[in-house]
Amino acid sequence: MPLAFVEKVKGAMRIRAVDRTARALGLGPGLTLADARARVPDLVVEDYDAPADTGWLDQLADRCVRFTPMVAIDPPDGLLLDITGCAHLFGDAENLTATISAWFGEMGVMMRSARASTAEAAHALARFHRGTVSDEQAAVRSLPVAALELDSESDLGLRRAGLKTVGAVANRPRAAIAARFGAASVLALDRLLGVAEAPLNPRYAEPPLVLERRFAEPIANTDYGLRILRELTEEAAVELAEKDQGGRAFEAIFIRSDGRIQRLQVETGLPTRDSDAIIRLFSEKVETLADPLDPGFGFDSVRLSIPRTEALRPSQKHLEGEMPGESDIAALVDRLSVRLGRHRVQRLQPCDTHIPEKGQAARPFIEVSAHKSWPVPKAGEPPSRPLHLFDPPERIAVLAAVPDGPPHRFTWRRKVHDVLRYEGPERIASEWWRSKGDPLGEKRLTRDYYRIEDANGHRYWVFRHGLYGREKTDPDWYLHGLFA
Amino acid sequence: MRESAPILSALRARLAKDAPDRSVNRADGSSDILALGHASLDDYLDGGLRRGQLHEIFAGEGEDGGAATGFATMLGILAQGTGKGGARPLLWLRSEEAQRRGGRLYGAGFAELGGDPATLVLVTVPDTLALLRGAADALRCGGLGAVIVECWGNPHLLDLMASRRLTLAAEHSRVTALMLRLGGTPAPSTADTRWSVCAAPSRPLEANAPGSPAFDLALLRRRAGPAGKSWRLEWHRDRRIFHEVIPELGRETKTSGAPLSVPVGGQAEDLRVIALSA
Repeated sequence: MPLAFVEKVKGAMRIRAVDRTARALGLGPGLTLADARARVPDLVVEDYDAPADTGWLDQLADRCVRFTPMVAIDPPDGLLLDITGCAHLFGDAENLTATISAWFGEMGVMMRSARASTAEAAHALARFHRGTVSDEQAAVRSLPVAALELDSESDLGLRRAGLKTVGAVANRPRAAIAARFGAASVLALDRLLGVAEAPLNPRYAEPPLVLERRFAEPIANTDYGLRILRELTEEAAVELAEKDQGGRAFEAIFIRSDGRIQRLQVETGLPTRDSDAIIRLFSEKVETLADPLDPGFGFDSVRLSIPRTEALRPSQKHLEGEMPGESDIAALVDRLSVRLGRHRVQRLQPCDTHIPEKGQAARPFIEVSAHKSWPVPKAGEPPSRPLHLFDPPERIAVLAAVPDGPPHRFTWRRKVHDVLRYEGPERIASEWWRSKGDPLGEKRLTRDYYRIEDANGHRYWVFRHGLYGREKTDPDWYLHGLFA
Repeated sequence: MRESAPILSALRARLAKDAPDRSVNRADGSSDILALGHASLDDYLDGGLRRGQLHEIFAGEGEDGGAATGFATMLGILAQGTGKGGARPLLWLRSEEAQRRGGRLYGAGFAELGGDPATLVLVTVPDTLALLRGAADALRCGGLGAVIVECWGNPHLLDLMASRRLTLAAEHSRVTALMLRLGGTPAPSTADTRWSVCAAPSRPLEANAPGSPAFDLALLRRRAGPAGKSWRLEWHRDRRIFHEVIPELGRETKTSGAPLSVPVGGQAEDLRVIALSA
């Protein structure tokens, strides 16, 4: 049955892609659906789903990591693999190309591939060249001008001028081409011929250290896979020690024989090359996985990559009786961060602002950040800031004298409290020097804070939101925090 | 009961003579006992709270959550100590539910109580199981000063087995564990001491302003001795000790060692030594 994918273009349904059967019947992209149906009445039509296509391409790119780590997506329907340095693992470049074709064939994916010395040349050869490539330069020059991928006007202009192939365009003086068709055309030409190079944008940045173990036969035992991971960690520790470095982030990649890839990522607060600690973190991570580490039909290879490294000087082991110190706490923080998520283990840092709720920032503990010192409280005074802060402040009903009397009685969470003692007001005004983004809100109301104590001894921090008369006719009161 | 009182006191005197010296000094200069600074309370506790043990702190009423948390914070700050290398870190474990109901921990407020917020490690967990697991792991880390575990309600995971596990971990690593139970009722546990904290009116400053934090403490249970007394204390931030507040006098008294003055106009059976601070 002929199959076509359609999408709405400027109000009309046009064909986006067709399968082989439909193409044989004379249908192609760009045709309107009505015309297509007229020619082939039993056409099966599906809606073109761009996100699904992108997702599928992402998955394919992930699986191609088994051939080379430098995989880039070439939208809308291509992949670029940089096989520099990988070809020898598969014999030679020819063998690698054949392996890739066979692999895609097994998955049932139709594809065309081409190998060249630059990404743009490979891209153009794959799309516009027919037959095998013996001489790359000659093949590139024989490509039609459509391979330059310029806009349709320039394309038409080039063909009208009699320039049908890339070689013909290349023979003309560059200045003339640039003057007539724009600088972009000359750039595209240079890129195709390999004169100018655009860097590949790999999907995953190349990690500094990668260790891999491939298996002659797929292994179906997860424990054995983890043991291999431990051996890889120990090898990595030796390599890191040679360079006086420690890893901050580690990634374990298990490549299954059916192509699926499972990744485990852990990070540490301090650089480390202690394989025991790293394996412990990986075990924690395995426990937190929603689905267990499933080998399927078996793992083809296990890879350990260390994307982030930092200098780590060799240190002496602790002597007997020495105090356990910073490293213990760092290990605990690493473990909790891996188990719960890095944003759940936090440290507080002071911020330079009068607004109480913005006065502190909670950062993940595992990020090493500059030490900022907190303001020292005044000696001899009771605490002026509460231990707990409600975010957002809770609205309360208050009995107070207008215009700026202290609260006498207030109701919070349906309980009435009589105020026995109070201190205040402490005025916190809006930050007028900020032109926008005032944390106090657009109305920039001033807050008058009171430290109050009720008859039972509970101490609260309340504020009046807005000055009576000047800013608001009926200011609201809020409870911002609880003292000890 | 009256007949056994002198026998009991004689037994106690003998035990005190034979008992090993509790205040063993550790390598970092801190002792095994956390002295609270309040003489009669410390005497009653035989020196103070024991480090490396689990201590439970309950809020008297629902509204006393702030007071109970404050007391736990003060104990944590005392346990951090000021040994060589500065104060040891304080790990605070709380659930997301606690964050919603009780508010966020405010670093400036922690500093106002005498602690250093830079030494605070805040861990937020999704549920009780993660809370107990995290507490057990944290108590195995010897580099911490204290671990405060904030728990709301009466989760059934928090049973005798769980508290025994925490106690063992704390005893092994000598890290003090403070279990803050808000909105919960006391249940069997292996805690060394169990406290109930209520907020108390503070000593006012001039112009009727609220003063330093004051609490009514009741010792509900104690593994190593008698319990059942209550005290009213005030926290002195700058020197990090608790003072006693005698409610009827309304004045601060600091009982410290030998009496400075002779009893004034009191009966023989009603001796009350008042040391007036200059």
